[in-house]
This record gives sequence, structure tokens and C-alpha cells, in this order.
Amino acid sequence: MQDTTPKDIGSLSFGLMEPEEYREMSATKIITADTYDDDGFPIDMGLMDPRLGVIDPGLECKTCGKHSGSCNGHFGHIELAAPVIHVGFTKLIRRLLRGTCRECSKLLLTEDERDEFRDQLDESRKLSRDLNDVTKAAIRQARKKDRCPFCGEIQYDIDHEKPTTYYEVQQVLTSEYSQRIAGAMQGDEEEGVERTTPDELAEQTEIELTRVNEILSGSFRPRESQRKAIEKALDIDLTEEDTNKLMPSDIRDWFENIPDEDIEVLGINPERSRPEWMILTVLPVPPVTARPSITLDNGQRSEDDLTHKLVDIIRINQRFMENREAGAPQLIIEDLWELLQYHVTTFMDNEISGTPPARHRSGRPLKTLSQRLKGKEGRFRGSLSGKRVNFSARTVISPDPTLSLNEVGVPDRVAKEMTQTMNVTERNVQDARRFVSNGPEGHPGANYVRRPDGRRLKVTEKNCEQLAEKVEAGWEVNRHLIDGDIVIFNRQPSLHRMSIMAHEVVVMPYKTFRLNTVVCPPYNADFDGDEMNMHALQNEEARAEARVLMRVQEQMLSPRFGENIIGAIQDHISGMYLLTHDNPRFNETQALDLLRATRIDELPEPSGIDDEGTPFWTGYDVFSELLPDDLDLEFTGTIGDEVIIEDGQLLQGTIAEDEVGEFGGEIVDTITKVYGNTRARIFVNEVSTLAMRAIMHFGFSIGIDDETIPEEAQSRIDETIADANDRVEELIEAYERGELESLPGRTIDETLEMKIMQTLSRARDNAGNIADEHFQDDNPAVVMANSGARGSMLNLTQMAGAVGQQAVRGERINRGYEDRTLSHYEPNDLSAEAHGFVENSYTSGLTPREFFFHAMGGREGLVDTAVRTSKSGYLQRRLINALSELETQYDGTVRDTSDTIVQFEFGEDGTSPVKVSSDDDNDIDVEHIADRVLDSEFESAEERQEFLGSKPRPTNLSEHADDRLAEGTEVTSDD
Amino acid sequence: MTDVAYDVDDDTIAVVEDTDLPRRLKDEVYETLEAREGATVEEADELAKAVETRYLDTRVEPLDPVGTVSAQSIGEPGTQLTMNTFHYAGVAEIDVTQGLPRLIELVDARKTPDTPMMTVYLEDEYATEREKAHEVVWNIEATQILALGDVSTNVADMRVQISLNEDTLQERLITAEEVAGIIEDSLGVKTVQQGTQIEFGPEEPSYRDLLQLVEELRDITFKGIEEVSRVVIRREELENGNEEFVLYTEGSAFGDVLEIEGVDASRTTCNNIHEIHRNLGIEAAREAIIEETNNTLAEQGLDDVNVRHLMLVADMMTNRGEIESIGRHGISGSKESVLARAAFEVTVNHLLNAAIHGEVDDLDGVTENVIVGKPIKLGTGDVDLRMGSTTSGSGQAD
Repeated sequence: MQDTTPKDIGSLSFGLMEPEEYREMSATKIITADTYDDDGFPIDMGLMDPRLGVIDPGLECKTCGKHSGSCNGHFGHIELAAPVIHVGFTKLIRRLLRGTCRECSKLLLTEDERDEFRDQLDESRKLSRDLNDVTKAAIRQARKKDRCPFCGEIQYDIDHEKPTTYYEVQQVLTSEYSQRIAGAMQGDEEEGVERTTPDELAEQTEIELTRVNEILSGSFRPRESQRKAIEKALDIDLTEEDTNKLMPSDIRDWFENIPDEDIEVLGINPERSRPEWMILTVLPVPPVTARPSITLDNGQRSEDDLTHKLVDIIRINQRFMENREAGAPQLIIEDLWELLQYHVTTFMDNEISGTPPARHRSGRPLKTLSQRLKGKEGRFRGSLSGKRVNFSARTVISPDPTLSLNEVGVPDRVAKEMTQTMNVTERNVQDARRFVSNGPEGHPGANYVRRPDGRRLKVTEKNCEQLAEKVEAGWEVNRHLIDGDIVIFNRQPSLHRMSIMAHEVVVMPYKTFRLNTVVCPPYNADFDGDEMNMHALQNEEARAEARVLMRVQEQMLSPRFGENIIGAIQDHISGMYLLTHDNPRFNETQALDLLRATRIDELPEPSGIDDEGTPFWTGYDVFSELLPDDLDLEFTGTIGDEVIIEDGQLLQGTIAEDEVGEFGGEIVDTITKVYGNTRARIFVNEVSTLAMRAIMHFGFSIGIDDETIPEEAQSRIDETIADANDRVEELIEAYERGELESLPGRTIDETLEMKIMQTLSRARDNAGNIADEHFQDDNPAVVMANSGARGSMLNLTQMAGAVGQQAVRGERINRGYEDRTLSHYEPNDLSAEAHGFVENSYTSGLTPREFFFHAMGGREGLVDTAVRTSKSGYLQRRLINALSELETQYDGTVRDTSDTIVQFEFGEDGTSPVKVSSDDDNDIDVEHIADRVLDSEFESAEERQEFLGSKPRPTNLSEHADDRLAEGTEVTSDD
Repeated sequence: MTDVAYDVDDDTIAVVEDTDLPRRLKDEVYETLEAREGATVEEADELAKAVETRYLDTRVEPLDPVGTVSAQSIGEPGTQLTMNTFHYAGVAEIDVTQGLPRLIELVDARKTPDTPMMTVYLEDEYATEREKAHEVVWNIEATQILALGDVSTNVADMRVQISLNEDTLQERLITAEEVAGIIEDSLGVKTVQQGTQIEFGPEEPSYRDLLQLVEELRDITFKGIEEVSRVVIRREELENGNEEFVLYTEGSAFGDVLEIEGVDASRTTCNNIHEIHRNLGIEAAREAIIEETNNTLAEQGLDDVNVRHLMLVADMMTNRGEIESIGRHGISGSKESVLARAAFEVTVNHLLNAAIHGEVDDLDGVTENVIVGKPIKLGTGDVDLRMGSTTSGSGQAD
């Protein structure tokens, strides 16, 4: 087995193959079009010849002796009865035909010209420019010659009839030459052309008079020089086009004589690719492994598309040979030749324009060689750039707020399927035995073991006990995933690197992956049926990299904007808002309950003592317990108040989205950057659990009554809307009277539309404001909007006030019937109502017409999203493809993989986009550092060292190795 | 030894200068030390070290795959951009392509943008006096005959009659004689000019020729730049509180505008990166790409995308000294590796051409190595370190 280790590929070279090479690598010549005989055995020298490889399990390959799975298959070959053209090279063949001499096959360039083009080519190659520009210019130059500079042969034009037919176009004397000359000699009185007598003609052309007469009578065909003289004298054209079809064999002969030096000038590498090899005489037959046949349920065999195509080729090939041997007429031979060409063409590419695609019996076009390589699902993008992998799982995700953000809940049935390889040593032999003895069904069990001799044994329910006893150091055990293992977790579309992160496994019952809700933003996940993929890592290097670089806590900061992308979301934010907004008081039980799921198990000194003499703790104090002890911060918060944190104590402000939220919550961001990822992970975990406790403490729900407004407010809203309608009417009247003044750069119609839109949007805002006045600050929708948890005041306006103007393409709705949107309106009605203004609110309900307009606006949104996703997906693919090779180097430059320098310093200053927020200058607070260093306020020498940077911050590798952050625990290694 | 303008002793200078800090931060350290008199050399050293730690922490790490990160950082918010082609930029009167279509246009390096426009800044008195600014406007905005007067055809006499508007002529600083001259030059006809009346006709009386002449007449640009169909003049506030006139144009002819008197060539820009490249060179084009992509994103509320990502894209597009598009016709299509090109687009053609040219793929890049199944040469794949090949003796390993 060891000798099958794949070799390291150094480089790949491309070229054409010589017919002889095809024959040499061929395992067999294929002559029969049949595949299997009546007994179901492959026919010798047929398309399924056993020497081409094996696909059925259990059989042995007749060429290499290997079994299916390890035998890659072997090529065969078909000897073509006549040469055919390779469709991929038709353009190049045309160019070569046009650029080389029809007689001596030399390039139609003088030696000087040739050398010049060669120099140009070398130059382009050095500058890695497009070689085609030079080669095209060379051919263009060569085509200008009408005689070969070497042998003097006249060159004819080459016509190319797509896809694979070439003609030589010659100008020859027309058969009606005598009539034409006579006609021209008649002259034309109207045009003022005089008659020409034969004498005059003879004189002008210097042809003997007798000859002229012979020519005129049609008994003598004028020579070329004579023809030209007559043409000149009479100003007529005596030629007609004569096309001479070039058969592939002719072309092959022609190309064989092109000298190597000439080819080089055309950018062809003569060592690898001779032009005559573009015309096939031998067709390689792909191994059966590349075109496996499938056995259907009824026992019938269904062949691959390629096999079907090869059958066609062989049939025609045989008919061709038989006909030729039988001496069939040239016409039939040519027809067969064309047919053979067609089949070989479609075998290689079945999407050639101008040729009908070869079809399957069912009418489906066959998928031949080109089609297999091309496109998203093709070999390159589908199988080579993106490979299918083992040790992966996919299922629905659901939330679990009790997990850490670093963790993922893995269903036990997944854990039992995915394995990790344990190298058994003296130290873990006990564990290994335990896993094996649990068998494949019990949870921390094992599926396979490998003995030191390389034999792999499956662990079954029956043999697990005995096997467990045999396990010794040196064995390998494929054990199930257990808590603490590292796995990679991913949600498509993987738009940024935070779409693939490493999590620590927590094995759980039931069938879904469980996630902490704070990792939803980086994955852009929700739980409405989203599925995610998990990959179990299979070697120590990968696991180490995953732990150090890919774990969720290492990805807290987004490189896009340099702030945290992980933070509290939705209910967490509502919860924090409730906890800190009015700074409520809690008694001891309540305070302890709030902090229950955090590391805090002792409350600080009470914030005060209430009137009844019981101590209380405020929301600020409870929250402050989660902050690092020496955190100082001051900034303007979500609701516009000043948030002040001093020495890890929240003194003022409300904690909401801009404080602890995703996408740049100030506190989370600062903690991540100053105290490190581990501390930030702990903080986010604790904030989210505290917030959940808080929101449960206060209770938080929303219902239709929360968006209902009193009668009095409703009538005010109605008034506003009516008022707006009146104003729109006024505008329309002014417009109709022609009194409306147009805005600069706009037509009157546009001006009217803009003014109406303005009026109506103001009306909606006013309606919203009226509705707003009636909502208390503790209204849940208001709380969510104010804290930034979800929704906005606009949503509230639409629910309680008025939905407002519906728009399609940024304008009022103007489509539908001729001159009107719906048949309910008069033609040319410009009123608000007739163009999609919805004056109802979502709570009061829309009228049918309003509903229809609303649906129009909604549909536009859906279409827009669909178009946008595909466009931006392609944009991203191109960007990634263009930039994927760039990397910073140790010297600070940015280079691609071939060492071309793209930037001398990344982003002109070498600042990391991850560590520095995009709207910040890289400000380092020297003053602050000086305060700390010079005033030496450190609790321990270790902390001081870490601050000075002489001792690096310990690398945290696991959720369960929080070292000194979880006080008292020693630094533990990973396993 | 560098000169230090702060009052600190030589030892302090020595320890501070010994760090990898940039000048700006070193100065800041000196400043701080100066302000807090009496810091010992040890303390200064510690401070410098602490600042250095913080500074090094904010630098990009070596072997960071910055290309992919930048591409993702620009591509990922693409889904949040609008599709609506037209929207209003700073100037409400001019429609400018926005959002995703504009971003695609920039990255594609299209020869002409969908909605070309220029922002023309003015110099000296042109910027402050409305009259003067208008002078520049008329030199930029294309003036067609219909803006100058009425055109009528006299079929009876087979003549085209133009009656120019005296006021417009004065406003646009053009005389009737000039108009007549331009018509003669561009249509090749004899004109009769009398005051504001101009008359001409086809050589031979022909109704078709007459109409043809009128058609051609309408296309003549009498003043200004043909490509610029409209100029909007706006008064904008400067940082120092003064106001100046700024012109926004629909249509662009960057090279021509720079030549016009009164135009401040140092601030005037246009949104066609190729025009900028032609007139100001590749570095200006790079700057324009950054500026334009940044504005496009900012307009959509995505101004939080780090400029460094946009810089990398712009640097990549301008790396060879000419603007290359991102995609099959540009960077991706001119990659060295056959496999990388084949895996991107037009797979079969790349393979066939590679065979003809006898190309060799050295498997340096990312895509090739993924295809071949080797570790890629980026990030951790670019390091050749092995642990424990020699015993270090310090006993640090567990």
C-alpha cells in the first residue's frame, strides 16, 4: 500500500500528441462498436474491452492487474479510416492555411520579416503580454503576399466554412468570357462608352488580331496575361470564383512540410505540438473508468454518453473502410468522410454553432468531452477546484443559548459517524480501550481500529469487547467525536472568512446542530430552517491550525471594518436595555439569578439599602460585574446619551446595540482589542446570558394591542392624510392649469411627481409621529426600535400610522392599464390613491386596491434581491479569483505567488484592517500607556510583563482552558 | 543619531530610537516623556516597549492572505447594495449610476461609464464670481443651435432660416458671425448673415438635402465640448467657511476641460478612470479607482469598508502600468497558470491554446495547487517550520 503514495506534482506541461504516441499508450485497438455480448461479457476489442480498465467490483484489470477502485483505467485507440480535423483548432488551421505557402508550406514571410516577428514574440513573452496580438499580426502580414517569397507559387485565398470545411478560392477565367468581351466591345451609348473594334482591342492589348478573333469566337481561352490585358482595356472582370475543397488529408500533407522555425513565429511550440497533429488519424478512446456504464434496476445496461458517441464513430469508420475497399464512388466516400468528421467533432464538443448537436434517443443533447470540462458543474470548477470530502455532516441548525459561542452542539448520531484518529500510546491506552469496548453504537465509541501491521478492522457490536483487550500502544483507533474536539462549521454562501469557523464539539441528543445565537451574524444564519455543514478534521496539523486561527473567538473582529462582528443580538439587546435603561433595582435573589450563568458567584457590595432596609443591587452594578476591572470608556451611546465606564464600573448610560451589539458594539470591540479574544468571548457569552435572564425577569412580549392607537389619534391621522390628499389635488390642479414651476433640470411632469412624492412621504411621517406620541417608552416595539434590537420607528409608523406610498423603480406606481393603474380609476387620474398611496396602517388593514399596490412594491423587492444575489456573487467570484494570490511577506510587501510586488506596504501603512477600525487612524494612546507604565498600577508582575509586551499573552486553545481568567486553574494543555 | 527636538536625555533617545516605532509615535513618546519630567531611562524604555507592543499588534502579520480578505470584504457587502441604476449623487439634478452596477462597472474597467460626469473646480475669481463661473460653463457645456435661436425651413425657397436670440448670444459669449462661420465650416454651405438672421440652403434645390442640412445643423456644437450635454453650477462651502462655485457636468471630456481657462486642474475630476489614466497617468487612475469605489460604497451606507481593501484592488488593477479589469479579459485571463485560467472561465479554449503554445504550468498559484491537491502557498502553507527537529534544551516543550 505504501508505494501508492501519490507523488508530488512539480509542473504540468501541455501539448498536442503525436498519432504514434496515441498508439503507444493504447492498451488495445478498438474495432467493434459493440460493448457486451449476449452473456453480458465485454467483447474483445470492443468499447468495453477489459484491457481498458475495470468498473465492476471484483474483476481484475487485464492490463495492470489491479481491481476496480485502484485501477485508473487505460486508453485504447481507434484507427480512423481517413484523417479528420480537430474542432478545437479550426481557427488555427485556417490561420496556418492562410499564412503558409500552398506549395512549399513555408511561412509567407521573408526571413527578415520572420525574424522581426520572432523578436516581437520573445518580447511579448517576457512582458507576459498576449501572444495572440503578435501572431495575428504575423498572419496578417503573410496574407498580404500573393506569391510565395521562396518558391514563387501563387497563393489563393482560403475560405472557411464553419465548423470544419476549408476551400481554396481561385480566380479563374469565366466560361462566358467571349460573351463578356463582346458585350463590352459593343460599348454603351448612354454612358458615353464608345464601341471598340477588334482591331482597336488588338492594338490596346498587344494581342494578335487573329488571336483576338479566336478569343471572341470562344475557340481560344486567353492566357492569364492576355486576360489581364483585355480586362484592363475594356474595364471588365473576366474571372469567376472557383472553390476547391481541401480534404483533411490534403491539409495534413500541407502542414507536415511547415518548417519548425516558421511555426515558432506563430507562437506554436514545435517540440510539443506539430501542426499536422491537429488533424487526427488516430482517435484515443478514453478508459472505461471515464465512461462507466450503469446497470439499471431491470438489469439493462445504460451506457455513458461518451460510449454512445464512440459507437457512432466506430460504425461510420467501418462503413467508410468497407465502402472504400469496395471502390464506392467519390461522392459516397465524401459523404461518409463528412459524417465521420461530424461524429468526431461532436465527440469532442457538442455545442458547436452551426452543427446540430448529437442527441440521445430521448432527444437530450449528449454531454461530450467539452461539456464535461466546462462550467460550474464541469470537471474544473465542479470536481477539481471544489472537491467532495469525507467526514462531513449537514443538518438543520437551532439555537441554544446555554452553549458558549465557541461551541457547537453536535447530534449524537453525527458524532458516532464522524471519527477522529487516536494514536494509541501508553498514556491513552485506557481511553482507547474504553472507546473500542463501547463499540460503534455506544457513544464515546470507535468505528475502526488499525493494527500496527496496517490491517484495518471494523469495530462491531460483536467483536468490540475482544478487540478492546487487544488494543495496545502503536494501534490506531478511530474514535467517535467527543466533547472538546475541534470541528469546522460552515454556512453557505461563504461570503467571508467568518462563514467558516472552528467550534468545539458538545455532543447532544436529537437531530440538529445547536449554535449560540451570537454567532448568527458572522454566518448570517437564522433558524427558519437553515442548514449548516460540519467537517471533522483528520490530522493534528489541521486541528492545531483550526484551534489557533479559526476558532470563533479568533474571528470576533471583522477584517472588513475592523470591529467586532460578534456581539449581542435581538433579545440580548432588548434585555440589556431593560436592565440598564432606568437602572432598576434587584434584591439579592434576583441579582444572583441574573448572574447565574456567569462566572460571578458572589455579589459585590450592595448598591444601597431601600426604605424597608433590604439591600439592593442596580442594573448598572449587575452589568458592571461582567466588565474587566480596569476598563475605562466614554462614548455616546445608542440612545444618544453619554455612556461612562470607569474602572470597570458602568456609571452612566444605557447598554444597547452600540454598546454590546454585533457590528461594532463599542464595549465588545474595546474588550477584544485591549483584553484579547478570550476575554471578549467570555464577555459576550456572559452578556448574552445576563441579557436572557434580564429579559425573562422583566418579561417581554409583543401583540397587536401594542400597535393599536386611541380613537382620537386615529382621527388626527385621518386628518393628516386627508390634508395631504388635498395638497396633492392642489398640485395636480396647478399642473393642469400649467402654473406649476419646474425644478431646475427637470420637466414639469417630473416636478409634479417629485412634489407629490414629497407631500405624501411627509404625510406618512406625520401620521407616524402622531402614532408615536401615543406609545409609551415601555412599549415593546418602541423598546426594540430604540435599543436597536430589531425594527425601526418606520416599521412602527407603518403598523400604527399609515403604510405610505408604494414605489416601483423609485417612482409612484405608474404601470398597469393604458393611462391608469387599475380599472377602478379614471384614465389619467394623478391622485395619490390611484398611484399606490396606502393610507391605512397594517393594524387597520389594507383595502383590496391598496393591497394590490403593496404587492407590486413587494414583488419588485423580491426580483431585485434575486438579481442582486447573482450579480454580486459573480462580482465576488471575480474579485477573489483576481486577488487570491496576494499575500503579505516578511518584508512587509504584498506580492502574488510568482513574487510580483503589488504593494510595498499593505494599505500604504501596513496597518491591519482587522485590528484597527476602518474609520480610525491607527491611534495609539501613548498618554494612557504612560499613565499605566509610569504610575505602575499593576496587580501582579505577570500583568505588568504582559502589558509591556515582554511576555506574550497565553494562547487559549480551548473553551476549557481559560487559565488565569478563570481564577485558580492552572494553565492546562489541550488534551 | 537622529535629531530630536524634545528635551530628553541621550540615553532615553537611545532606547526609544531602538524600537521599531514610526517617527510619529517616537515623537509622541518623547513628547509624553518631556511632559512628565523625571522619568528614568528604565521607565522610558518600558514605555517605549509598551507602545511598540501595541503598535506591532496593529500591523498586518506576514503571510496574511490579504488578497482574499480584501476581495471578500468588498464582495460580501455587494449583496447589500442597491440594484437601482439611477439615483442621485450629491447633486440632485444629475443622475449617476450607483450601487452594485457602478461597482461592477469600475471593477470591469469599462471604457466609458454608463453615466459619465465631471466635477469641475474653478480657480481664483472664476470660483467666486458668478459671472466668471458662467463663462467657464459656456466653454464647457455643448451649445447646439436650438439653444441659440429658432430654426425654420422655407420650403418654397429651399432655405434654412435661423433666427438667433440676441440675449442668448450675449449670455453665451458668441456672435452671430461666429455662428455663421461655424455653419459654413461644418456643413460646407454658403450662409447669408444679417444681424441675428442666418440663412442658407442646399446647392441644388432638393427637399431631401434641405432636411438633411437641418438634421446636421442640429448636431453641430457651436461652443463648449461636444461630449458635455449639461452643466450644473453649485455654490459650495469650503472648509474655511468661504464659498465657491463648483460645476457638475453630464458627460465627460476630461482632457479638454483641463485646458479651459479658469478650471482648477489640480482638483477637477471625472468618473471615467480611463480618461484620468490618459490625462494624468496611472497613479492618478489608481487614486481614482479608490475614490470612486469608496464613494460608491459610502453612498450606500457602507463607508465602514476599510479603504485598504479598495487600495489593494486598485493596486492590482493598475499593477502593470495600465488599467486591467478584474475578470476574464483582465487579471484572471492573463494569469500565468493554465489551470488557473481554465478553472475561471472559458475552460476549453485555455486548454487548447495551452497545448498549441506548449505551455508549462509551474503550479505556483492557489487554484492550480487546489486542483492538483497540494497545499497552497499562502498563510500557514507558506511556512516550512517543523517542531522539534533539534532539541532546544530550554525544556519549554511539554
